Amino acid sequence: MTDRHPLFVPTIVVGGLIFGFGLGYSHMARPEVVLDFLQFDDLGLPFVMFGGAAVTGLVYFVAPRLLDGPPLARGAFERRLKSFDRNVVVGGAIFGAGWGLSGICPGAAYASLGVGNVTILWALAGMFAGAYVQGVWRSRAATGDAAVANAD
Amino acid sequence: MVDPLPLQLLAEYFPNGIARYAIGGLFVGLGASLIYFGTGISAGASSFLESTLSYVSDRSRFQQYAASRDWRWVFTLSIVAGAAIYSLTLGDAFAYETDVQVWRLFVGGGLVGVGTRVGKGCTSGHGVCGVGSASRTSLVGVATFLLVAIGVAQVVAALGVSP
Repeated sequence: MTDRHPLFVPTIVVGGLIFGFGLGYSHMARPEVVLDFLQFDDLGLPFVMFGGAAVTGLVYFVAPRLLDGPPLARGAFERRLKSFDRNVVVGGAIFGAGWGLSGICPGAAYASLGVGNVTILWALAGMFAGAYVQGVWRSRAATGDAAVANAD
Repeated sequence: MVDPLPLQLLAEYFPNGIARYAIGGLFVGLGASLIYFGTGISAGASSFLESTLSYVSDRSRFQQYAASRDWRWVFTLSIVAGAAIYSLTLGDAFAYETDVQVWRLFVGGGLVGVGTRVGKGCTSGHGVCGVGSASRTSLVGVATFLLVAIGVAQVVAALGVSP
């Protein structure tokens, strides 16, 4: 924290404010609206996710061509590339099942709290519980990996 | 008088129009872009779950996020505040309360907590930043969670669970 640029945290704040405002404005903070999309009653949701992706896609493309690296941190601009393995599909399917059941995802849950929907604390409690269970399980698996390779 | 076909389809499948979603998505993308442009960070929302658990658990899965847990709190609280600003200005001033049943939120939230962390991302990490990076891993992740979510939501609705 101490060796960070003085504008690092303010940038996270302003970015988060805009991000949360967008989730509120798009009504993604309302599980009903997400469920309406998943049931094909209102097909607006892709405009939020892929509209957002179009903007970030442009900036991810342009930023490394304008600057040598991010002005507020060390290192270079990198695209968000994660390695592909079975976990991406298994985890994606589990996430999809939860999203389809509840109509809420993590960022939208934080925003939902912001628009005054206190009931969403149930979903947040579930998310922390789920993240905890998989973390304990996978930490144990990682420790066992010393003996059994690919136990994960 | 009957509307021309395109308008009928628009009214049927977009009962709330498109602007709300497209403009909201623009803001979401701008917020993530500002953070990326300033810091090089791809802002995903679900890592906050594990980074916050690093305060209370020494497990390696959580401790790997310890270095980022302070600014992830800042990011999450700013999302809450940004949505609150929307609610106070253009929204309904905190009047909204979801009708979706509590068990659906809790059980579904639990699966979201497991799946986003195992699957390496959520709707913001994979959906906005990963797709924006043209990452094939993220495209597969998004296709997987979208298709499964549609299937589950349709089955739950068909079983008569509402809302």
